[in-house]
Amino acid sequence: MKEVILITGRTLKQGSNLENKMSDAYFDAAARCEMNENLLTRIGASVGDAVKVSTRFGEVVVNAEKDDGLPDGHIFIPMGPWANAIVDPDTGGVGTPTFKGVPANIEKTDEAVLSVKDLIARYREG
Amino acid sequence: MAAETVSNVVCPLCGCLCDDIEVIVEDGKISNVKKACPLGKNKIMGHDRIKAPMIRENGEFKEVSYDDVIEKSAQILAQAKRPLLYGWASLICEAQRKGVELAEEIGALIDTTASVCHGSTVVGVQGRGAPGCTLGEIKNRADLVIYWGCNPQEAHPRHRARYAHSVKGMYRPNGKNDRKVFVIDVRETKTAKVADEFVKIDPGYDYMAFSALRTILAGHADVVPDTVGGVAKEKLVEMVDAMKSCEFGVIFGGMGLTHTRCRYKNLENVISLVDELNAHTKFTLIPMRGHYNVNGSGHTLAWLTGYPFAIDFSRGYAWYNPGETASNDVLLRREVDAMMAIAGDPGAHFPGESLRHMAKIPLIQIDPYANPTTELADIVIPTAVSGVEVDGTAYRMDGVPIRTRKVVETEYLTDEEVLERILTRVRELKGGN
Repeated sequence: MKEVILITGRTLKQGSNLENKMSDAYFDAAARCEMNENLLTRIGASVGDAVKVSTRFGEVVVNAEKDDGLPDGHIFIPMGPWANAIVDPDTGGVGTPTFKGVPANIEKTDEAVLSVKDLIARYREG
Repeated sequence: MAAETVSNVVCPLCGCLCDDIEVIVEDGKISNVKKACPLGKNKIMGHDRIKAPMIRENGEFKEVSYDDVIEKSAQILAQAKRPLLYGWASLICEAQRKGVELAEEIGALIDTTASVCHGSTVVGVQGRGAPGCTLGEIKNRADLVIYWGCNPQEAHPRHRARYAHSVKGMYRPNGKNDRKVFVIDVRETKTAKVADEFVKIDPGYDYMAFSALRTILAGHADVVPDTVGGVAKEKLVEMVDAMKSCEFGVIFGGMGLTHTRCRYKNLENVISLVDELNAHTKFTLIPMRGHYNVNGSGHTLAWLTGYPFAIDFSRGYAWYNPGETASNDVLLRREVDAMMAIAGDPGAHFPGESLRHMAKIPLIQIDPYANPTTELADIVIPTAVSGVEVDGTAYRMDGVPIRTRKVVETEYLTDEEVLERILTRVRELKGGN
């Protein structure tokens, strides 16, 4: 397990499927976690492997992806239900949750990445 | 039937509102989209629409009529003690206006997607003032462009080419060669890769960087530490030199400023920097508004209620206090007892803790497309796509209102029609007051 800082935000593929979120294309675009090669190596994962990202607010399983534009110790999950399962809901006195700069832990896992339907179903269960 | 090309269509995806899109229509259906970026093209082409109004019964959706969903929605909203009407971004100002009327009628909270996006920018502007100009002025005049905490290559793909970087302007005839572009971000984004200078900053240090830039600008570089948020002092001095010596500079601010610590204070500080730079040259700031007409929602709500988002009508008059009255504030406090999500997708874009409460209360969704919110909704009302099947007014990120075009006919009701019918029925249920 490795301590990291989580950033979330828009991507071209996430935005291209903004009105098509129940599709496989959106799943591919948003159920992912980007990190640099160094971090991939340190958690023993390859591109496409499932990784579990946990914060004080929850945990989520997503697919590992490589982006060497990220500095060491930082991960990026595109905005969407996977990222939002673990962001900090605190609105900072101004109404906006903390979507960027959330301390997190990341590790390789054998658990499956949930579909958007299964992910949202967790909230219906309480 | 021959294919018809509809020209100058206004893209309904992001705050750029590109108004040069060509849409090819064959037999009343859209067959191709030209000039748009992948984001806009995919939206205009359309995907699986919600086929019919639906009500959830025993966990499963059942298709019903518009009359049924409007009646049920009106009953829920008329009875609710603390209803929340959230979204209002992917539709036109005319529908937003109807939403304010409904909110006032039922004493609801009405909030927009700005509260999870540029709400902090709006609050910062209220505290410090609103610099700004049109994107046309940027195109024709700007020789220094700073993208701070935003990544237009992915979020606003035509922004650089149409308004700010490679585009040729009246006083910038050589386009890219007449401008210098800085990107300040915590990671080397795709925009950073096409900029002249990428300055990497540590997450959450934007406020300190703005303070350092202001200190250097005021002639006190000697008190600035060697590095600020991971940025070397020499680089900050270089940035101030570039800012002071340009003819027309602009900072485009993104969610790198509003989603991280200091939030609206980041905006107050950068607006102060812009203010002070105007003692040396012409400098301005434009927020990179993301979601189609979210800027219009701020304008419409402000001219109707006095406030731009997070408005609470429970007192019988408009009350505004983001941090107390924004959607996630009230959902996290488990305060809301019924919710309408219209032209926004809280199921995808709210933190899980807020969704837990949304799953427990009656949730009405009004949207053309199924999305994660649908998975939590009890009532689903499909509507026409604004800017494709409905014309009306939308505001570009720089505050310019643009009349959008209707490209094809539809059998779906418009958002405005649905809201009008719900409002009429709510008034009947509440005794015609």
